[in-house]
Amino acid sequence: MTLSPYDLKSNYGDVTPIDQDDGPSPIAPIAYSTEYSTAMAYFRALVRNNEKSKRALDLTSDIIKHNPAHYTVWNYRQQILFTLDENLTKELEFVKGLARDNPKNYQLWHHRQVIVEKLSDSSKELEFINEVLDDDAKNYHAWSYRQWINTHFNLWDDELPFIDTLLKDDVRNNSAWNHRHFVVFHDLDAIDESLIQSEINYTKEKIRQTPNNISPWNYLRGVLEKSSRDIQELESFCKEFTDNDINSMGWLVDIYENRAKNGDDQAKEDAIKICESLANKYDTIRKAYWEYRKDEIAAPSS
Amino acid sequence: MGILDGPTPLDSLFTKHDGNITHSWTLQVETEVEVYKLYKEVLDTDDLNNVTLERERHLNYLLSGSKGLNKYFVVLDASRPWICYWVVHALDILGRTIEPDFMRGCIEMLSKYQNPTGGFGGGFGQLSHLAASYAAVNALAVFGTQEAYDVIDRENLYKWLLSLKQPDGSYIMHKGGEVDVRGVYCALSIAVLTNILTPELIEGTPEWIKKCQTYEGGIGGVPGIEAHGGYAFCGLAAMELMGTSEKLDISKLLRWAVSLQMPLEGGFQGRPNKLVDGCYSFWVGGLYPLLETITLRQQLREKKQAIKSSACQLLFNREALQEYILIAAQSQKGGLVDKPPKGPDFYHTCYCLSGLSTAQNHVVYDIEKASELERQGKLNATARSLLWAEDVSGRLVIGKEENLVVCKRSILDEK
Ligand SMILES: [Zn+2]
Repeated sequence: MTLSPYDLKSNYGDVTPIDQDDGPSPIAPIAYSTEYSTAMAYFRALVRNNEKSKRALDLTSDIIKHNPAHYTVWNYRQQILFTLDENLTKELEFVKGLARDNPKNYQLWHHRQVIVEKLSDSSKELEFINEVLDDDAKNYHAWSYRQWINTHFNLWDDELPFIDTLLKDDVRNNSAWNHRHFVVFHDLDAIDESLIQSEINYTKEKIRQTPNNISPWNYLRGVLEKSSRDIQELESFCKEFTDNDINSMGWLVDIYENRAKNGDDQAKEDAIKICESLANKYDTIRKAYWEYRKDEIAAPSS
Repeated sequence: MGILDGPTPLDSLFTKHDGNITHSWTLQVETEVEVYKLYKEVLDTDDLNNVTLERERHLNYLLSGSKGLNKYFVVLDASRPWICYWVVHALDILGRTIEPDFMRGCIEMLSKYQNPTGGFGGGFGQLSHLAASYAAVNALAVFGTQEAYDVIDRENLYKWLLSLKQPDGSYIMHKGGEVDVRGVYCALSIAVLTNILTPELIEGTPEWIKKCQTYEGGIGGVPGIEAHGGYAFCGLAAMELMGTSEKLDISKLLRWAVSLQMPLEGGFQGRPNKLVDGCYSFWVGGLYPLLETITLRQQLREKKQAIKSSACQLLFNREALQEYILIAAQSQKGGLVDKPPKGPDFYHTCYCLSGLSTAQNHVVYDIEKASELERQGKLNATARSLLWAEDVSGRLVIGKEENLVVCKRSILDEK
């Protein structure tokens, strides 16, 4: 429901509204609706009086519907909710109602986090997040919030099956790959050789299905970083791909560069050759980068 | 060489699906088709040399918008200093002198948004917010007048910044607000521009940003989350302001950054397997002058003589990015866009033009002067931000010569 200026005046008649003052000639003034500017004038007055009441709460709902990015109004709303000891589960419904149209709004996600932290109840959260991800599987706010839920409530069991489903649906979902890294390696004590090996196998399989996909190639680096294993062991895997696959070629540059640093001149030559064909033929958009890498590899080491 | 005059025919640049068609691939190719149509038109008429920056149209778009916006812009009512900054910064890049009346209107407006407890809100009567304060302070810095500078209550600004600092080194965006890397960058940029940076403001901060660098090499909004072009710029620029960039894995960051340039579109995506977007022309493009400097510094430290100093100069395809901005991201009615066929907005106009400036111009950091100041113990953030200068010999402009826009010295985005 939106309050009309008439409703506002009758509900808040005892407070003196504070008009907006942007100076005599503001840049890009907005032609507000009368509903919005009246609501804001009363809002400023209620804040000045530090009034935390039911009617103040209604006013914040009203303004947020006009402008969901109004962080000051959200913040005041939180204070009212906590002061009046309002039903916070009901508040989650309010957020959910707005999320459909504003899935990328910072304030909404932060508000939900503040409420859920206070409630100390995560039972509705994964379902809520899943609904948003269903519409946009790469929604940055949703993933960020999910990681907060995972950590704050120590909720990890559903994550890998969920990621699997997403990657089966779209193996190019880089957010899902990043989340996999977050989940698999959240418990440092659980990292052992068999975990590393199974992640390597999983990733190799995804790459073989769709080689022209940078996400699992990056993930593979992330896995190796967590182990003491060397990228050298990936040489034969990289060679499985046709000689115009830029991802495996980039890996081979790294592998040969490493070997060249240990005095292997053949590897140095090979690395330079791959840089050249990336620069001039297969990955010409990154020509400057591959030439830089080539120069670095060719330079006599100090 | 860009994309239109590059070695690979335009028709062979479409993303391959490897027999696995997914949602990401479909969206990607739809976008490629839109850009392809525009590029093809230029190729067919052999018009690459006549590609034009539509200056007048963009100025009209900016100036008419700054006179007033319709009621649907109410969703930006908590971002009023941003609107001011986007417009003023875009005008500045286009080389337009800002009229005294216009400037006075902005300054008076921004002064109304400043709170007595320090910092600027997103509008009248709104809580002070780091992003709003960044926009306000940077807009005032573009004006560069004493009157503009005098608006800022530095003493309370400092107290307010300190109150947002978290024990782990990060910053919340406002009292009761969320944490992310933007906050750190905004806070430091404000502190450097107003000359109120102290060790307390950055204690623990480099370590916190380091935790935001992911296995991919880029930087995410908070530790654990996916690397992202916007946060990567904020993170690296903040590190550079603190003089702590070397804490990051720079070669990994570089590899990630170069991977984001799109082979057919020429512009940048903000994350792998996402779509090209004009605003990353600045957020990702802006990483390169910083990466160039950091790389050069590292090589000097290791006394590796062999690399030519020109070898690590702006390691992205500068012509391709200009092609995207000029051929695909200019709106017919003025203003610039995220991607075709979307309409323009102030945000994308500002950051496409910022990106254009980054692609055309070359700025260098005076490394020798820096080490001299360091020896004298005088290399603080302000000194560091002043060591950036334009290198005219490094200019590279596609299309008409008069497409060249004003050079920006990158690190603070402003000045
Ligand atoms: Zn954008």
